[in-house]
Amino acid sequence: MVIGLSHYLVVAAILFTIGVLGIFLNRKNVIIILMCLELILLSVNINFVAFATHMGDLAGQVFALFILTVAAAEAAVGLAILVVYFRNRGDIAVEDVNLMKG
Amino acid sequence: MLPALAFYALSAVAIAAAFMVIAARNPVHSVMFLITTFFSAAGLFILMGAEFLALLLVMVYVGAVAVLFLFVVMMLDVDFAEMKKGFLQNLPVGAIVAVILLTEMILVGAASLSGEATSVQPAAEGVSNIRALGDVLYTEYAFFFEAVGLILLVAMIGAIVLTLRSRDGVKRQNISDQIARTREDGVELVDVEPNQGIG
Repeated sequence: MVIGLSHYLVVAAILFTIGVLGIFLNRKNVIIILMCLELILLSVNINFVAFATHMGDLAGQVFALFILTVAAAEAAVGLAILVVYFRNRGDIAVEDVNLMKG
Repeated sequence: MLPALAFYALSAVAIAAAFMVIAARNPVHSVMFLITTFFSAAGLFILMGAEFLALLLVMVYVGAVAVLFLFVVMMLDVDFAEMKKGFLQNLPVGAIVAVILLTEMILVGAASLSGEATSVQPAAEGVSNIRALGDVLYTEYAFFFEAVGLILLVAMIGAIVLTLRSRDGVKRQNISDQIARTREDGVELVDVEPNQGIG
């Protein structure tokens, strides 16, 4: 039983789909949406590392490292925005976000 | 045999925990399941031979990001049960999109990889993973590495600027006021009459 590249790709695809599904299901809760973004980025990272090992090229792992950094920065800024929004509105329901009438 | 077993166990835990992230009623539980997912993914990384990234994942996500999420979840006073209401209502559309997405991705993967019995095994060289990564990270990818550091700096400053606020009614030390204070401001000489007090 050899675990091949496609096994890892399928796991990453399932994780990605769960992330997208979570964004659909929890439309009101920004915190869960941010967690779903983290899940999606994790699945991308699994793909990068799987291909890096498969091709024997370290560039994929370096990229995964960069994605990890950007994901951490994104989480920090996103949660900061969330805290400020809660301070201004007293609520975090995404449906009521219409300050900019977009 | 053992790597295959480990792969199936870790990926099953990762997928189940990821599902619980989006299905849990309590956001604190969601964060806990997110930690489980990242732990299992770190195990998968080790199976693929990326030990450094696996440990980095544990440190960055479990140590920093999950704690950040926990802080925010516990700090915000929101009725999370009320937010769960649209859950079943959005389920059909979400399920359709999810099934289409998953089928497409697996089809693309199966089509482009068919015929090859490729195995993902860590390359058994004499060089450890962290050393190999360090060899390219500071030479070939030095500029990208610095750009990533810059991104972290900007994110840090941005988060501080966003959440910093000056509240009223907080007592702060004002040094120039202290220095500008004179004897006339601070001391009042009162001529007290005997048996009168300073009412």
